[in-house]
Amino acid sequence: MIEGILIGLTTALTFQNILMVMVGCFFGTIIGMLPGLGPMTAIALMIPITYGFDPATGLILMAGVYYGAVFGGSTSSILLNAPGVPGTVATSFDGYPMAQQGKAGKALAIAAWSSFAGGTLSAIYLLFMAPSLSKVSLSFRSPDYFALMILGLTAIAAFSSKGQFLKAMMMVVLGLMLASVGQDSLSDITRFTFNNMNLTDGISFVLVVMATFAMSEALTIILKRNDPTSAAKQVSLTELGSIKINKEERTKMYKTIPRSSVIGFLIGVLPGAGATIASFLAYGMERNVVSDEEKEKFGKGSVNGLSAPETANNAACSGSFVPMLTLGIPGSGTTAVMLGALLGFGVQPGPRLYMTNPEIFWSIIMSMYIGMVILLILNLPLIPYIARILAVPKNYLIPLILFFSVTGIYVMSFNNFDIYLMIGIAVVATFLRLYDFPMPPLILAFVLGGLMEENLRRSLLLSNGSWEFLWDRTLTACILATTILIVVWHIYKTFKKKN
Amino acid sequence: MNINTTKIISLLFFIFSAFYLYTAYQIQVFAFDENAPFNARTFPIYLGYAGLFFSGLKLILPDPNTIKVEHKSLEYKKTGILILIAIIYGATILKVGYFLTTSLFLFVSYYFLGERRWILMFLLSFPFVAAFMYLLHGILDIYLRDPFLQSIGVMG
Repeated sequence: MIEGILIGLTTALTFQNILMVMVGCFFGTIIGMLPGLGPMTAIALMIPITYGFDPATGLILMAGVYYGAVFGGSTSSILLNAPGVPGTVATSFDGYPMAQQGKAGKALAIAAWSSFAGGTLSAIYLLFMAPSLSKVSLSFRSPDYFALMILGLTAIAAFSSKGQFLKAMMMVVLGLMLASVGQDSLSDITRFTFNNMNLTDGISFVLVVMATFAMSEALTIILKRNDPTSAAKQVSLTELGSIKINKEERTKMYKTIPRSSVIGFLIGVLPGAGATIASFLAYGMERNVVSDEEKEKFGKGSVNGLSAPETANNAACSGSFVPMLTLGIPGSGTTAVMLGALLGFGVQPGPRLYMTNPEIFWSIIMSMYIGMVILLILNLPLIPYIARILAVPKNYLIPLILFFSVTGIYVMSFNNFDIYLMIGIAVVATFLRLYDFPMPPLILAFVLGGLMEENLRRSLLLSNGSWEFLWDRTLTACILATTILIVVWHIYKTFKKKN
Repeated sequence: MNINTTKIISLLFFIFSAFYLYTAYQIQVFAFDENAPFNARTFPIYLGYAGLFFSGLKLILPDPNTIKVEHKSLEYKKTGILILIAIIYGATILKVGYFLTTSLFLFVSYYFLGERRWILMFLLSFPFVAAFMYLLHGILDIYLRDPFLQSIGVMG
């Protein structure tokens, strides 16, 4: 391993590769900040450029874009409540309220430090645990994935506010229903398209997230006639607050970061799981382990609530490279794009990559750490400038949010129908928001819908239609037991508080 | 049973789930897949039942945290106008082109939201969209369809 690390360091520390990490992080941050243009778009745009480099440099550039875009996505989540990346949806739960309280600078600083710590810790985990983790990852089967997804959905429903469990579960079902629109992945049979060709490929994630978050947020602000004074306060530059994190906040982060980085990394390693589940699970777990007093702050600008998903999503980014590099199975949609690029270089990922191309494997791992340092150096001093987006008055901010949303959809599909669909979903979401129906469960369910169906399909086919697969394997049973414990604990707590 | 808007939403979701379930049963699967343990309609059927279950529970169980919304205080007119502007924007963007429709959408939206600083409104619409287009189209090489700019020879 030492030899591998040295090979990796030698490759990653060349001038060209350091420059590529910097360029990748910088452009990734800018693209990730634009709602609708996430890391997948950014990396896809980079593929033609990377063909001019050797495979290691090309992948280092794409990895830099990936981290940068995830951090940029956090920035737009915090400042605009418009997550362009699924992995940063959970960041908006506490980041955006914090920004609304005039602590945008602090929220961005917490996000930057948490991202750095999460990414750095996971790069260290990756360094020492990659070989054994790929074995653990290999042992996961479809029933385990299915159970894990149920756990993720239950966790998000459980951490919605008191008395809203059923509302959250309704949103989960609605999200899964929306995800079921379009062609069935195996048989290509169209479902719920009502003979409309525009729905054949299903509804895009960006469309749903733009409609339920960015657009409906803008419409809700107008609908609720927000007080112009509070709006002025929100956009006042003096209200942005310092980027300094005080001792009490640091203490909270010291506790949150290690546990969230472990969750993020482990979830990231699982093929198909990735930053989204990691951030939601870390958020849910963090809420369950903190004190009742701190729990009340969740969703209202909690430091723990912001630090946990930010740590986890960056840790998951590093973790998602493990299955891609060692098994040839992407850990997320973004690494799937990178996998395509790797194949384009003529590099076949798999267990033999260690032996055939050690410089690629180890230089990517080394560049992860370098990337995290560069992101911190690049983003922390720029926070006050990035945060000035909030200084845009609401009369400008709302049309700009709508403009970013429509542009995100327009450049993706060049289709009027998608724009109408987005407006329609946004109107429904705005109405549901008025009655406290939470949107995050809908988003997570929508993201997981396809994967969940796929894993249920495999599980049921393997067990010949029997549901015994849920308790046949110890791992599946353990995950399900955890899910049941969360539900029972949540109901018990609610019941206890009522009495 | 106390009928409130949350209950009405739950009832609507119940009806929607029933319709979804009915449609799920209508999904045409291949003949050889008809009796398979899993086919294209299996997952949607479970989802339909899950929707009925959760919305049914919400309908039946008492709602201790009733949400009361003061409809009189809501700005329906302004929101409606903004939605209408967005629909018109969506309807014209392909035919007219990205630059003109987006700039006009932004300008008109600022106006309807009460902004009257004309110079700032102009700067944050036409030049802003031009700069954004340059970033997307010129730097990031993302194709933007624009018949208007093509007709006047600005875009190739």
